[in-house]
Amino acid sequence: METHSKKMAEVKLFRTWSSRFALRIVWALKLKDVQYDTIFEDLSNKSPLLLQYNPVHKKVPVLVHNGKSVAESLVILEYIEETWKQNPLLSEDPHERAAARFWAKFGDEKVLPSIWEAFNSEGKEQEEGIVKAKENLKYLEEELKGKKFFGGEHIGFADIALGWLAELENVFEEVASMKVIAEDEFPLLSEWKRTFADAPIIKENWPPRDKLVTKYQAFREANLLNKAPK
Amino acid sequence: MADEVVLLDFWPSPFGMRLRIALAEKGIKHEYKEEDLKNKSPLLLKSNPVHKKIPVLIHNGKPVSESLIALQYIDETWNDNAPLLPSDPYLRSQAKFWAEFVDKKVADFGRKVCMTKGEEQEAAKNGLLDCIELLEGELGEKPYFGGETLGFVDVTLVPCYGWLSVYEKFGNFSIEAEHPVFIAWGKRCLQKKSVSKSLPDQQKLYDFVVQLRKRHEIE
Repeated sequence: METHSKKMAEVKLFRTWSSRFALRIVWALKLKDVQYDTIFEDLSNKSPLLLQYNPVHKKVPVLVHNGKSVAESLVILEYIEETWKQNPLLSEDPHERAAARFWAKFGDEKVLPSIWEAFNSEGKEQEEGIVKAKENLKYLEEELKGKKFFGGEHIGFADIALGWLAELENVFEEVASMKVIAEDEFPLLSEWKRTFADAPIIKENWPPRDKLVTKYQAFREANLLNKAPK
Repeated sequence: MADEVVLLDFWPSPFGMRLRIALAEKGIKHEYKEEDLKNKSPLLLKSNPVHKKIPVLIHNGKPVSESLIALQYIDETWNDNAPLLPSDPYLRSQAKFWAEFVDKKVADFGRKVCMTKGEEQEAAKNGLLDCIELLEGELGEKPYFGGETLGFVDVTLVPCYGWLSVYEKFGNFSIEAEHPVFIAWGKRCLQKKSVSKSLPDQQKLYDFVVQLRKRHEIE
């Protein structure tokens, strides 16, 4: 026991049990078969180490490799890609790399906020939110034409960045009683969700669903209460 | 086969400026196309159907959108001179981290300083000053964020330096007084032809914002 704890792991990941951003890093490390230690953070009581390793944003995930820290999940993904070259997540072609980065960013800046907006609404407001979210999702549906994954034949950078759609989005739909990614409207995206979620590395590493449902139920209740009366 | 490079841009855009500088640094011949954002060209709408925004880099007919993504594309494609990113993965990650920081925070605060008033403007001014302080810490003793030469972070940030006097005028504050290191860095960058020819005239920028504020009824 003592020897094991004295031998510091080369790679450490600071995360929470549920963070969809940290999950990207778990998937990437496992896809590349990189050994690492996990440090779970309580965001209401952040450890001194986390604050030391990510002083600018004070957030998870943070990757520490040989004592040096990298923050921001998409930046971490690129670092992992450049450091451990097996099972590449990005194509060698600069244009395809740019496309993967574009869709990852689109997911974070447009898709997620629009679904989150719909999630935190009800009635007519939610209906309008769902319409907006679907407008964004149409681009992803289009992008999947002729492909198994956003990365082509194999899981790639964009799949990992958008991976929360494959499971967490289902949780959002259940908790908020809404349907956003319907099979008939989004056949390719629906199929991608199943294929991605079924991949062994992904399947083994989802946070417990019932815990997620409870957590997001609480979020939604609080957010609905906080909304100013119309 | 000759490379065909087109840049769809809008002269005051700090995001477009980044690409102008990178293309100039690497000596990449290209066609500059000025977009009228009130009347976007079919080429722009076709090249960036998702966001319909500039800048867009079109290389041999294939478009790349989002300025930081296009910067990386430029660096990866024309990798034989003036590298913007270092070769070490850790140093690359630090450069990308700070570029994202500039992209998400500095540009937004800057826009709010120009386009809001009252409490929102005050918060933006303070936010901008906080960002500059953090960035000065990151720069340290180095002449550029990229070390001895212009790098990824320098190219991402220097357009905001180009907007500085405009921020100061509309925000009614002096950034220079509190942040001489930042100013010295900006002036150093401006000595490079790639930067000086890519940043617009200060008076022209000021007049542009005056018009923009009028249109948005901010006074």
